[in-house]
Amino acid sequence: MLSVFLIGCQQPWNNPYPEEVTAQPIVLRAFSAPPKHLDPVVSYSSNEWSIISQIYEPPLQYAYLKQPYELVPLTLKQMPEVHYLDAEGRRVTAEKAVYSEYTLRLREDIYYQPHPAFMDEYRQLAPEVIATLNSPYALHSDASRSLRAEDYVYAIKRMGVRAYQSPVLDVLMQYIVGLKEYSKNISQIYENWKKTHPEGGFFDLRAYPLAGVQAVDDHTVVIRIKGRYPQFRYWLAMNFFAPIPWEVDAFYSQPGMKQRNLMLDQWPVGTGPYMLVENNPNLRMRLVPNPNFHEERYPCEASASVPQRLLEDCGKPLPLNAGILYSLEKEGVPYWNKFLQGYYDASGVSSDAFDQAVQLSSTGDIGLTPAMKEKGIRFLGGVQPTIIYFGFNMLDPVIGTLDARKRKLRQAISIAVNMENYISIFLNGRGVVAQGPIPPGVFGYQPPPAGMNPVVYQRQADQMVRKPLEAAKQLLREAGYPDGIDPATGKPLKLYFEAVGSGPDDKARMDWLRKQFAQLGIDLVIRATDYNRFQEKMRQGKGQIFMWGWNADYPDPENFLFLLYGGNAVTPTGGSGVNYANYQNPEFDRLFEKMQRMPDGEARLRVIEKMIRIVQQDAPWIFGFYPKGLALYHRWYHNAWPNMMANNTAKYLRVDAQARMAAQQAWNPPAYWALWLLLMSAVGLGVFAVSLYRQRQRRRVVRC
Amino acid sequence: MLNYLLRRLLYAIPILIGVNLITFALFFMVNTPDDMARIHLGAKQTTPEMIEAWKASHGYDKPLFWNTHATGVQALTDTLFYQESVKLFTFDFGLSDSGRDIVSDIKQRMWPSLALAVPTFVLGLWVNITLALAVVLFRYSAVDRAALVAAVLLMSVSGLFYIIGGQVLVSKVLHLTPISGYQPGADAWRFLILPVLIGVFSGIGSGLRWYRTLFLEEVNKDYVRTARAKGLSEWAVMRRHVFRNGLLPILTGVVVVIPTLFMGSLVMESFFGIPGLGSYTIEAIQGQDFAIVKAMVFLGAVLYILGLMLTDIAYAWADPRVRFK
Repeated sequence: MLSVFLIGCQQPWNNPYPEEVTAQPIVLRAFSAPPKHLDPVVSYSSNEWSIISQIYEPPLQYAYLKQPYELVPLTLKQMPEVHYLDAEGRRVTAEKAVYSEYTLRLREDIYYQPHPAFMDEYRQLAPEVIATLNSPYALHSDASRSLRAEDYVYAIKRMGVRAYQSPVLDVLMQYIVGLKEYSKNISQIYENWKKTHPEGGFFDLRAYPLAGVQAVDDHTVVIRIKGRYPQFRYWLAMNFFAPIPWEVDAFYSQPGMKQRNLMLDQWPVGTGPYMLVENNPNLRMRLVPNPNFHEERYPCEASASVPQRLLEDCGKPLPLNAGILYSLEKEGVPYWNKFLQGYYDASGVSSDAFDQAVQLSSTGDIGLTPAMKEKGIRFLGGVQPTIIYFGFNMLDPVIGTLDARKRKLRQAISIAVNMENYISIFLNGRGVVAQGPIPPGVFGYQPPPAGMNPVVYQRQADQMVRKPLEAAKQLLREAGYPDGIDPATGKPLKLYFEAVGSGPDDKARMDWLRKQFAQLGIDLVIRATDYNRFQEKMRQGKGQIFMWGWNADYPDPENFLFLLYGGNAVTPTGGSGVNYANYQNPEFDRLFEKMQRMPDGEARLRVIEKMIRIVQQDAPWIFGFYPKGLALYHRWYHNAWPNMMANNTAKYLRVDAQARMAAQQAWNPPAYWALWLLLMSAVGLGVFAVSLYRQRQRRRVVRC
Repeated sequence: MLNYLLRRLLYAIPILIGVNLITFALFFMVNTPDDMARIHLGAKQTTPEMIEAWKASHGYDKPLFWNTHATGVQALTDTLFYQESVKLFTFDFGLSDSGRDIVSDIKQRMWPSLALAVPTFVLGLWVNITLALAVVLFRYSAVDRAALVAAVLLMSVSGLFYIIGGQVLVSKVLHLTPISGYQPGADAWRFLILPVLIGVFSGIGSGLRWYRTLFLEEVNKDYVRTARAKGLSEWAVMRRHVFRNGLLPILTGVVVVIPTLFMGSLVMESFFGIPGLGSYTIEAIQGQDFAIVKAMVFLGAVLYILGLMLTDIAYAWADPRVRFK
């Protein structure tokens, strides 16, 4: 009772956090799925990156308040110097380059977070000590050391060990000089080493040099790339290139650590603004500020489209908050309600909560409902660097190939499938109809009317409108299917859609899709299957029509146009390509190879325009839509900004803890009367039952 | 009795092998090791080399039940089924396919599951039996009929409705408990009180009807009439005679679930953010983590067998006429 009283006095009864959490300016966030990997060499999921990006620091980062996306140094003194070399290693012009050499000059004031791995004695722990550990921080230590060039080299070497399972090894092998050979050798050496060390231990990669990656001195790394690959700079902003000190690898490799879930994959060690001190992926992850974090200040420059209020903290040292608490929230209902109660600082908007939170104006603009405005809730929206598309399998004899009739069939379907309608019905307006493969914010994107897809749209009195259904029917006639009738059978043309989901929402989508095809007289058959079989069909080129999506790894058109590059066609590459439509157009491929090596500029833009025109005409995809992200946040949550490429943004967020606590108190007063009512009802029911029982007992006595 | 229990333990071995065999067959009927590798690698571009390396490092490069490349007994032992089954029988669950230690995870997650399941079970049992006795006390009266109608109504409502309705009413409208979340230690009760109450309330409908039926069978027997004839009050008859003699069928359904309590509740734990074992197996199935699936199915089977043995022991305790041969 005393604890009830105390809690009642100090904080709302429904507060899910201890008071010391809400009283501090800690960012309160949720995650819906437990992260599996926190090793920067392995991790590739957005839910994992949202955590490790606050801990690890690759050489570069995206400028928080800049649009279009701009890379700036993070652990470097300046942007990497790029030199072009010939086969003998002499400097040459870009056009003659056989190799590109990236020189990374590190800052000298960067230190790792405190961690026991940096103490020699803790790298030789007794098994009985390890058996008692639940966290590396149970070994109290303030030890640290400065960031060195060899840490970046060590991280890239780790990527090369096949057994470590880096998802980008095969991509980077194509570019980093010597990585392919290194990976083959080191993986074999590692396998042999494992056989002689069945109990585990430290496999020290420092003894095995990697030709294309060198630590020239303590603060200079040189990476040699094959040919010209301008997109490599974006890789330097990804966590795969975060530094890993050998001491940490040695610490976690001690026998017995794995059995305590103590490994680099669970307990990251970085130079970033935060360190992970609590890791229960089934409950919560807690990041606290890294006391050794180097000087970094809030940006004072922003693009014109960024509101001025976001510059109020200009020049202040980062991080601006006292840590981040991620709580696991698997279900949408409690997440949304806790956000409304003030127990989460920000939230997305699910379909269920959309009407409660958002209202659309007559012009389609998104605004908040009065209830949200009354709470002081604000919203942020932006088009994501993502495309969701419907693909046609170009290997399919009915719908595929570059044959003119097949192309007209695909064009007709592209007109008939009304994506505006799809976005309105299934996304509550949260999407932009795609005109080509490149989304807004990425170099090469051209907004309509310049970027309009002339196959599907037409200009009408300065307006871009979808072509009428009659135009699609005409194309269908020219394709040899008048009114959708297949002359071979005399019946409506039958096409097949490969679907994964089978829930009620999916059924509604499939019904909608069938109707779109039925407008042309085509009978669309839905072939629902599980995800494994769906992928297998895609790899084997057995599907006909399918839906797929792609999130940008980096904001370069190459990262989207390679989805249509012939060399990436999924079936001919045995499943390792990402061109799931198996689209192969020699002219497109030639332009892609040219564009890939070009720096951003007018010339590159012209090439991209040509490529987009080709795919618009060939129509290997129905260019679905670019989804819009929508996030709500409370009035005490400052500096939120939708930089879609940056993941290390928590350090910019400022929380007014006093305002948050005041709002929580005001919004969540406990209803004491309900407890009284419950108590009275229980007493009343008891009295009623007893009196009824006595009455019954007496009645029985009288009967006898 | 010791011999009987020993025999039951020996019977458990072929049962567990059978359960394991079915788990392997069903899992690999739906998922191939290649599919598992793709899911776990999570890469946008997965090459055959990556898949082979993943399979080799997790032991999925071995044949499932029979190794045609091996000779003699190795054809049987150098297989995925044999290698993994032997470890299971020594309770060496190893690492999950994503690299976490399964025993550590189970140890960490079983306590929140127990913290939720045990009070829900005990309180639910007490409430259901008390209410059933009370209803039998007023049998064939308006109170009995009203209770039956209420029980049918309670049974007709989906469990999800109780959860979401309870969260909205108690946490959102009345602000009395957190909607979801968990804190280990003494503060846990704040997070458990609502799911426990909802768990008990949602079980009243079926529990009341089941126990009422059991007690009604007892209430008209001769020994009850004798007790009444002795002049005992009706409540005393219920408590001392009807309840005690109704225990035997109750034990059948109750004792068997006790060991499995620690496996947790999927829906309850998901909605209330309780970090228990309830979702461990389901998440593993969704994530194609066979190491967890086989460990949890094996553990579930062991616990169920243990529950059945406990039921037998409880029978002997409750009814001295029952003897094992």
